[in-house]
Amino acid sequence: MPLLRRIANLFSRSRVDREIKAEIEAHIDLRIEDNIAAGMSPEEARRAALLRFGNPTAARELVASADLALSLESIWFDLRYAARQLRRSLGFTITAVVTLALAIGANTVVFSILNAFLLRPLNVPQAQSLYGIWRTSTNDMAQSYPDYLDLRDRNRRFESLVAYNIALAGLDTGQDPSRSWIEETSGNYFDALGLQPYLGRVFHGSDERGPDSAPYIVLTHAFWHSHFQDDRGVIGRVVRLNKHPFTIIGVAPPEFHGTLSFFNPDLFVPIVNHPIFADDDFNSRSNRWVFMTMGHLKAGVSQAQAVADLNSIGASLARTYPKDDSDMTFTLARPSLYGDYVGRPVRMFMTGLMLLAGMILLAACANLGGLFAARAADRSREIALRLALGSSRRRILRGLFAEAVLIGLAGGAVGLLGSVVLLHGLSTWQPVSRWPLHMSVDPDASVYAVSLLLALASGLLFGAVPVTQVLRTNPYEIVKAGATGTKPGRFGLRLIVRDVLLVVQIAICSVLVTSSIVAMRGLARSLHNNFGFDLQNTLLVETDLDMAGYKGDGVPPEQKRMIDAVKTIPRVKFVAMADQVPLGDTQPDSNVFTDTTSDLRPANAAADALMFKVSPEYFHAAGTALLSGRAFTDQDNKDNSYVAVVNREFARRIFGSIPRAMGSYFKIPGGKRVQVVGVAEDGKYASLTEDPKPAMFLPLQQWPSNSGYLVVRSVGDPNQLGFAIRSRLRQLDSAMPAYIQTRYKSLDAFLLGPRMATLSLGVLGAMGAMLSITGIFGMAAYSVSKRLRELGIRVALGAQRKELLQAALGRAVKLLTIGSVTGLILGILASRVLAFVVSQATPRDPLVLAGVVLVMSILGLLATWIPAQRALSVDPVKLLREE
Amino acid sequence: MARNDFQGSLDLLVLKTLAQRGKLHGYGIVLHIQRASEELLQVEEGSLYPALHRMEQSKWISSEWALTETNRKAKYYKLTAAGRKQLQEAEESFEQLVRGVRAMLKYA
Repeated sequence: MPLLRRIANLFSRSRVDREIKAEIEAHIDLRIEDNIAAGMSPEEARRAALLRFGNPTAARELVASADLALSLESIWFDLRYAARQLRRSLGFTITAVVTLALAIGANTVVFSILNAFLLRPLNVPQAQSLYGIWRTSTNDMAQSYPDYLDLRDRNRRFESLVAYNIALAGLDTGQDPSRSWIEETSGNYFDALGLQPYLGRVFHGSDERGPDSAPYIVLTHAFWHSHFQDDRGVIGRVVRLNKHPFTIIGVAPPEFHGTLSFFNPDLFVPIVNHPIFADDDFNSRSNRWVFMTMGHLKAGVSQAQAVADLNSIGASLARTYPKDDSDMTFTLARPSLYGDYVGRPVRMFMTGLMLLAGMILLAACANLGGLFAARAADRSREIALRLALGSSRRRILRGLFAEAVLIGLAGGAVGLLGSVVLLHGLSTWQPVSRWPLHMSVDPDASVYAVSLLLALASGLLFGAVPVTQVLRTNPYEIVKAGATGTKPGRFGLRLIVRDVLLVVQIAICSVLVTSSIVAMRGLARSLHNNFGFDLQNTLLVETDLDMAGYKGDGVPPEQKRMIDAVKTIPRVKFVAMADQVPLGDTQPDSNVFTDTTSDLRPANAAADALMFKVSPEYFHAAGTALLSGRAFTDQDNKDNSYVAVVNREFARRIFGSIPRAMGSYFKIPGGKRVQVVGVAEDGKYASLTEDPKPAMFLPLQQWPSNSGYLVVRSVGDPNQLGFAIRSRLRQLDSAMPAYIQTRYKSLDAFLLGPRMATLSLGVLGAMGAMLSITGIFGMAAYSVSKRLRELGIRVALGAQRKELLQAALGRAVKLLTIGSVTGLILGILASRVLAFVVSQATPRDPLVLAGVVLVMSILGLLATWIPAQRALSVDPVKLLREE
Repeated sequence: MARNDFQGSLDLLVLKTLAQRGKLHGYGIVLHIQRASEELLQVEEGSLYPALHRMEQSKWISSEWALTETNRKAKYYKLTAAGRKQLQEAEESFEQLVRGVRAMLKYA
């Protein structure tokens, strides 16, 4: 019988049955014919034939069981029966499926991230032979340009070495000048990586003919899609980068987004154009501005051979250029996570997370196993009856396993679905809007395979828990004595192990709940912190006059024009310019010296103070309060003496107090004397959790800077001002890129850590809670069903509801309490660690305590609700009659 | 009359019958075994059909519905290539069994 027919038979047992019946009837009829031919009467012939054949129904069954198709069908029956059983106890099913879905979902998500970052190779051909060159003396992959050229031309072990650098550039396509993240790559980049263009062409090594020789752009597919709407006519178009004309010559393949797995650049330009983007010297060996060099090892070359070759070149360079290239030794590193620099923490974090997720799955399986054992115990009578009626133990176990596998598959499906949604969200999420950081973690085939495997494995795992229970069932004993006939000896021991496991689970859950509440409270409070500036109604407009092509003396007048232009917009209250802002990208600092110090060596510095160069209206625009003195005026320019506004911490540390600081002088490296004309409040400058730091504000007019933020304070919601600001700046200079965000948004990078910590604690807390619920539920349900008869007797003897509950659930509640209290204490201790990540995270907060107690009580209530109902609804008459 | 419900030998009998007679239905197989064994062997008809279906699952024989001489529909079985090979093996092992038993009986 061909397989297809066999499978078709699954759905048509009646048809197969009919065929068997027809075959047997034909046999009997043939015999009757022969009998009649031998001279019997028809009735006699029929009787003899039937006698000879035996019982046709029994024969039919035997034939049916010989058919493999029908044994396949019996598995189908098992599954259908299991589904019916599960539907009958919906509460149990939902609990089990949700628990498993969470556990498998967590594993899928973690595995998918692990897969994307650590297992999946880069999207370039032969990624396994691609290595970056790690310089051991400086412990990074940066090189100077001449060193790169020497390594490229003199090594014999790499096919060809490429170099690239990351830069920010102002891109003007004629309508919307914006900032773009670009990769400046060596000309051989695409050829060496083996990449073919999706559209147009790529540049080659032969295009490089000295500085500024190849003004070509290759777009990434994603950028082409989002900024050029997949326009195929884009090839050949001339756009401007930092005001220099570049021709778009091609689009990179869709799956390629640079060789860093978390950083997606917008476009590629030849590295020979570097002078347009930064002031680095092409010929200097001491200026190591090239971000990374890498290449494919030649076929058959080992890592050790490649390193030896590189080191011999390094030694020769060190001899030739002892000043710049001393100690040139190398190792190889994977380029996708910048070697171990990002790779090691990611690996450690992900391994830890994977272990944690695995433990969650195991704990979930243990709990579900407990639930299944309770269920099997509940059904021991049914099982005993079926055994007594001749069902095989194998058949019964198959039924139980079918239920477990069904739950496993359902949980796996729900979990996978949830994690796919989550992962897709993660893939499109840009954690910090300024940087093109992406996590391309969309699941692939291996992720689906792993989660299916996990679902099946966990189904079989927790399905196996009640096996011994069923195998040891003695139908005679159970039917005679009722459901309590299992041997107590070994079971008692196992109960203790289970209790300990449960307490540990509850404690962990309670730790997580405590810490996530602490983190959440801390996060909420840290947003209402005093930052030393006002978050409300403030916009930051990031401009870079470099990108618009301004240099030197052209900068300050242009900045003045920008301030004046933005000021004319209605609802704009104050506008100021600052080279950097507190809690911005970088925090420039400088040593400061007391006025009496004459030897200005770094060792003699009075303090290392943060340094912000700001225009006169800055303090109003930023919302930084002056505690004493004045802000800057237009008179604080290059023609007048140097002045500064310092913060309270600066005043206290250098001068002792605010009054003493006012009017006093301090010195900066180079010997200039600076007079304090005002004292501002303290603030947060480099991180949300830092201790007060000394800081000084200097007039921008005395210390000009190309990079700058416009700080705009508005009346009311600042979000609608973006468009007006952009168009004013465009009127001023049509190629001026401006990146506008609210002050709130600008803190994303700083809040990323605390937010992630809070989020992951919350997620883990929710999982811990789910596990605790199923754990307590399983144990409570089991103990109620085991003691149903005893409870019935208690009711018959007049026990009250309270006593009844105490008897039924006392143990579960006791375990819950022990676990919760342990967890709470541990959680409070752990919160000290948390304070490093989330500012204002303190467990000494009545809300935290109340929150934890509330959450754990709700958990307990949820978990014991159904068993409690069951215990209370015990009907002694019915129970005792049944026995 | 020796009752033969020993499974291995029932398979052998059925395979041999089909090898000798080509296409045959279950009833025909019963008759043939009875006649060819000079009425010494009588197949238990209730266990013939499970055996036939089992052998069909093992691909030793194949089946099709056809009409008998008396115009009655019946399921006909015939040997496949795999069945022919199986028959050879079964015959050899049966010969061995017979030789072994005979040797035992001769031992004095």
